[in-house]
Amino acid sequence: MAVSLPGAPFAHAAAPHAVHLAQPAPVLEAHQLTIDYVSDAGRVRAVEDVDFRVTEGERLVLLGPSGCGKSSILKVLAGFVNPASGSVQMRGREVTGPGPDRIVVFQEFDQLLPWKSVRDNVAFPLRVAGKLGAREARERAEHALVKVGLARALDAYPHTLSGGMKQRAAIARALATQPDVLLMDEPFAALDALTRRTLQEDLLALAEEHRFTLVFVTHAIDEAVLIGTRLHLLAAHPGRTIATYDTGDLGLAERGSPAFEAMVAQVHALLFADGGRHV
Amino acid sequence: MSEADFGNHARLLAAAESPRAARPPLVRRPSLAARIWRIAAVRRAVILAGLVLIWQVAASIQNNPLLFPTFTQTFAAFVDSLTHEDLARSALASIAVLLKGYVIAIALALVLVSAATAVPFVKEVLLTLTAMFNPLPAIALLPLAMLWLGLGEASLLLVLVHAVLWPFALAALTGFEQVPETQRLVGRNYGLKGPAYVALILIPAALPSLLSGLKIAWAFAWRTLIAAELVFGVSSRSGGLGWFIYRNRNELLTDRVFAGLVTVILIGLLVEVVFRFVENRTVRQWGMQR
Repeated sequence: MAVSLPGAPFAHAAAPHAVHLAQPAPVLEAHQLTIDYVSDAGRVRAVEDVDFRVTEGERLVLLGPSGCGKSSILKVLAGFVNPASGSVQMRGREVTGPGPDRIVVFQEFDQLLPWKSVRDNVAFPLRVAGKLGAREARERAEHALVKVGLARALDAYPHTLSGGMKQRAAIARALATQPDVLLMDEPFAALDALTRRTLQEDLLALAEEHRFTLVFVTHAIDEAVLIGTRLHLLAAHPGRTIATYDTGDLGLAERGSPAFEAMVAQVHALLFADGGRHV
Repeated sequence: MSEADFGNHARLLAAAESPRAARPPLVRRPSLAARIWRIAAVRRAVILAGLVLIWQVAASIQNNPLLFPTFTQTFAAFVDSLTHEDLARSALASIAVLLKGYVIAIALALVLVSAATAVPFVKEVLLTLTAMFNPLPAIALLPLAMLWLGLGEASLLLVLVHAVLWPFALAALTGFEQVPETQRLVGRNYGLKGPAYVALILIPAALPSLLSGLKIAWAFAWRTLIAAELVFGVSSRSGGLGWFIYRNRNELLTDRVFAGLVTVILIGLLVEVVFRFVENRTVRQWGMQR
């Protein structure tokens, strides 16, 4: 099931959605992804037969209730976990392990390494993964941190930062490495509402400027509609695809507009069609 | 907000603002005495001075230098032993042996712990060994060590390695296991593997536990060494601090016994200061330990 909103002003939404061949080659592609967890009780199926593709500059949001396996999918995309069956391809090449071409922003505040200053946290992947020299890494790190509004916190250690600043630093770190695709696992879920709102806006501004490719996991419907150019809805136990939506025309300017709210309501109705009993 | 509302609001603000001028500033600098008292070294010095005073008074009342010399007598014996006797050489001999045993044991522990984090069965083995040997006082191994290796440095090293290996291995294992999952994933995300992953992620992330393990192991080693030296010294040539104490007790030079004990304590304090300095520059500065 694919839904395109009428009158969408963006080119990719205007193209007939069903014709995949007309789209540019995908950056990241998941093919019939099935993920199992092995626990003491036995094998538990977390995700079943999920397909999607992310093209250059696209922002795909994986959205679903807890237990739909959206974070598991992200772990597989990052290469931390192997799928039970199916495959993930990065620019046509099979993903077999983690790598700096897919940098992850986690939800947890402790993702910044506490023994490095904010600047060194951002420069660290550039040194070890990007093989940059100390000075170049430092300059690029500072540039990225200024971009996310942390110019004053360059020399601070992570434990002195607020939650929102930590997530900003993590985003700067991911941006500085210039990965082929950014993976974000509910990066704003542990923030207070005001901070979350500012960070969403700033992330969108950065996305407009850099046109990065993003896979974003969230359980918040309004956040999904706002951030994503495309939504991928998942049902829980096990995670299965319910629907996909193009939401590239619903951004910051449309927040709170009738079209935006209608989309949120529609997604909500679809996710909780059975009254939320599957959650 | 209407014009009238705004006016009201402004007046309210002004009313709230006016007493502020009389208020003291938000940041108040503490007095000079309070600031000096905040320096840890100053507080420690005051405590030490108090203890010395109590010692001096108690020993003067006792008035029996053969059993309990005063602080001043001990201090004189200390200076005399340093300049005319072999106290300095004994201390250096003890420290040299200690460092040797310490380094061997730490290296051994790191190898064992690395193997244990990689292979679950090795971890099982290590945990069992630690549970068995950690409660066993190192000094209890000395008779056996002397039987096997004779009266010499080798016996002391065996006892020292035993004293350091198990507590440090336990601390290191706990430290590595407590590295947050997110930080592990971050390291793997950058493509770090093997030794680079251990050196750049695991060791710094486990540093609080590693440092506290090093500290505990050092204290065990120091105690064990001095106790072991009481039996036969480091070797026939250079005695060691324990041997210095033992010899002077035999000659009833109690003030020198005290000087030897004070040296043991001073070296302990010095190492404590070094550890504290390292902690302040690392784990405390990084907010990983309070």
